[in-house]
Amino acid sequence: MEGYSRKDGGCPQLLDLIPTEKEWLTKSGEIKETSHGSSEEKQLELRLGPPNGDWTIKNNDTVRYFSPRSSSSGYQVKSQQQTTPFLQAHGQLKESSQPNCTRAEKKTFSAANTAVPNSSSAQKRTAPTPVVGWPPIRSFRKNLASGSSSKAGSESQNVVGSKISSEKATQNSPKSLLVKINMDGVPIGRKVDLKEHDSYEKLSSAVDELFRGLLAAQSNFSTGGIKNEEDGGKAITGLLDGSGEYTLVYEDNEGDRLLIGDVPWHMFVSSVKRLRVLKSSELPTLCRGRKHEKLS
Amino acid sequence: MVNYFPEEVLEHVFSFLTSHRDRNAVSLVCKSWYNVERFSRGKVFIGNCYAISPERLISRFPRVRSLTLKGKPHFADFNLVLHDWGGYVYPWIEAMAKGCTNLEELRLKRMLVSDASLELIAKSFPNFKSLVLVSCEGFTTDGLAAIASNCRFLRELDLQENEVEDPRGQWLSCFPDSCTSLASLNFACLKGEVNLAALERLVARCRNLKSLRLNHAVPPDVLQKILARAPQLVDLGAGSFVHDPESETYNKLKNVMQKCTSIRSLSGFLDVNARCLPAIYPICINLSSLNLSYAPGIYSKELVKLIRKCKKLQCLWILDTIGDKGLRVVASACKELQELRVFKSDPNDVGNAAVTEEGLVAISAGCPNLNSLLYFCRQMTNTALITVAKNCPNFIRFRLCTLDPITPDAVTMQPLDNGFGAIVQSCKGLKRLSVSGLLTDQVFLYIGMYAEQLEMLSIAFAGNSDKGMVYVLNGCKKLKKLEIRDSPFGNMALLADTGKYETMRSLWMSSCKVTFGACKSLAEKMPRLNVEIINEGDEMEGGSDDRQNVEKMYLYRTLVGPRKDAPDSVWTL
Repeated sequence: MEGYSRKDGGCPQLLDLIPTEKEWLTKSGEIKETSHGSSEEKQLELRLGPPNGDWTIKNNDTVRYFSPRSSSSGYQVKSQQQTTPFLQAHGQLKESSQPNCTRAEKKTFSAANTAVPNSSSAQKRTAPTPVVGWPPIRSFRKNLASGSSSKAGSESQNVVGSKISSEKATQNSPKSLLVKINMDGVPIGRKVDLKEHDSYEKLSSAVDELFRGLLAAQSNFSTGGIKNEEDGGKAITGLLDGSGEYTLVYEDNEGDRLLIGDVPWHMFVSSVKRLRVLKSSELPTLCRGRKHEKLS
Repeated sequence: MVNYFPEEVLEHVFSFLTSHRDRNAVSLVCKSWYNVERFSRGKVFIGNCYAISPERLISRFPRVRSLTLKGKPHFADFNLVLHDWGGYVYPWIEAMAKGCTNLEELRLKRMLVSDASLELIAKSFPNFKSLVLVSCEGFTTDGLAAIASNCRFLRELDLQENEVEDPRGQWLSCFPDSCTSLASLNFACLKGEVNLAALERLVARCRNLKSLRLNHAVPPDVLQKILARAPQLVDLGAGSFVHDPESETYNKLKNVMQKCTSIRSLSGFLDVNARCLPAIYPICINLSSLNLSYAPGIYSKELVKLIRKCKKLQCLWILDTIGDKGLRVVASACKELQELRVFKSDPNDVGNAAVTEEGLVAISAGCPNLNSLLYFCRQMTNTALITVAKNCPNFIRFRLCTLDPITPDAVTMQPLDNGFGAIVQSCKGLKRLSVSGLLTDQVFLYIGMYAEQLEMLSIAFAGNSDKGMVYVLNGCKKLKKLEIRDSPFGNMALLADTGKYETMRSLWMSSCKVTFGACKSLAEKMPRLNVEIINEGDEMEGGSDDRQNVEKMYLYRTLVGPRKDAPDSVWTL
């Protein structure tokens, strides 16, 4: 292939991207606190970012950022005094390759990316604007994430369907809040849309409806009986107050399991990740209280 | 070249060559070697089903027994390709049914597989043993029923992440009582019910069953019965793992698990109650592969308790709910780890769960044998990547995906060019790379310079100018697949080295700056490439304005000219 040649002939001197000085995090290693960061090396660094002003601030951040858990065993994160200046052939590189790579360049990145309206170069960790096909996750997984343990018919779609569902996934639809709900003894989970209810009572009756039939079918199967469709099954009551055979609990965004009903509905809706219907007999007899008296 | 050896000897020698690359090389030596090789080739790999035709395949390799075919371009996985773009397997099966009936194995990826195709397989190949379908669609369980009923010597039915309709759900019962040859059965991706009694009977009579992956419809009590019958299993995919830890079922399951000392690979848990996970603790020490990436809602501390016991783990697929903290535990417990994939747990959930560069650095420090990575993370830094590169020079596959496609170094706010540069410089055996984050042409300069073994490169939202793409095309001598989206590469880059594309399998460019005119002139210049333009809108109407940017272009080398099964919205120029 003609054109650009590599290490031999005429090419910019190689960028030793990994410094040979042993200041690296090695498996046996300790943190080397020594700073190689002489000002000379700082100057050599090919930077695309903002000028020196920010530099020292970033250094401090870096140190804090990496050093905290150094006391834990096995491996330690290198605490680097500055972003390593490993581009030793700085001068040559600059000539040969990137005439248009200036600090202003960062702004043009966003121009190039028409699909992403907000340049995130200014924002570090805020929510990115949804982009079609990004992050690159197979539809199969996306369907799992949005809870596809329900019937085949709704899930296996032609591409139009899956396109829609993937676009939905990228648009954070505010119209529904689907959470998965499982019941002890029933292998198949369901989903319930919390936006359709505005109180715990309504939720409780929705749960009853969802599982009543399944529970009846379950007991029919296990006793070998024929599933009788007219038999709607026993109503599931007492979900909220511990008086019934089953109790409704939920898991919040920190993974804790809590009894339903303690906090105002809207607070519940904002923190709930998942619902479960457990046998009341297996709940520890805790008083209902605040979060720190949570269930194990 | 004078042939010193009789053909039988050559054939015998060639029988030790299993890799298709070796065999391809051997066939180029001379005519007689070519002939000996082609008659003795049993396994053929076709990376792009449109590069060659089934007739030519059969005429060159009349004794082929195992065929691997790939259809749609990789970005089809992310909904960037039309459903009906192509990749139909039927013509292949039809041709094989006429010309090559000793087919035993068919492995398909991203192809359209109809029930009719499956039915044709079932009745055309008496020795058919193995069907592996990955990311395919177009078939229903009726097709599976046909396979189950008719393939008397079926050893392997492996369905991975396919979209399958399930109108009747009775396919499993179609395995006749005389079927005892199954060694591998994976139906984890099926969404419908299965006949549980039939499943139990099937497992009981297939004494060679080594790999079994169940779908969500198989409840724990059935799992327990199955395991009791098949303690010889090496690979298990649990279906539903939700039950009451106080129950009899759970106890039985725990006991039976302890006896499954052959299990080396565990996956599934499509529905799981984390409190039931302790049932699998006894087998953790034997596991070399663990895939919990389909298991929703297991929180980090539970994951960690489990993984901590898996001291011999070599391959781990998990969700990012594990967190950086969890990854540190992995790094300290799983010293033999070679492959790690950390998937996004909830594509809608930004910033809550997630892993960062810290987790990755910890893994790199603790797991020196790491050679394959897929990492969805919230943020990354150059420093971290450089550290990883130094700690793990053995990467063969390195795929990083930041949640925000153009996020810069989280600390310095600079592009991530240097970090990826370090990776390619250090990992001399790197074959596959996916880059993300804020990236300029610089990263491609590094890739072109250092990534000598690179075969597949995925680029999204990166680069500043045509130079970036040119660095890659010029530098990566072994490049086979290049896929680019939303990057400012245009005609100059596309046309800079047109001969290069004949050395590659394919090039995908979408939302770049390539125009119709350039694609047309490329197609004219290179008759052995198919240059396809995919139009999904009203650009089809009216003439193509040569200066108009092309939304999606897919080009690939081929020996058989433009294909005839493209839908209207795909133009081959």
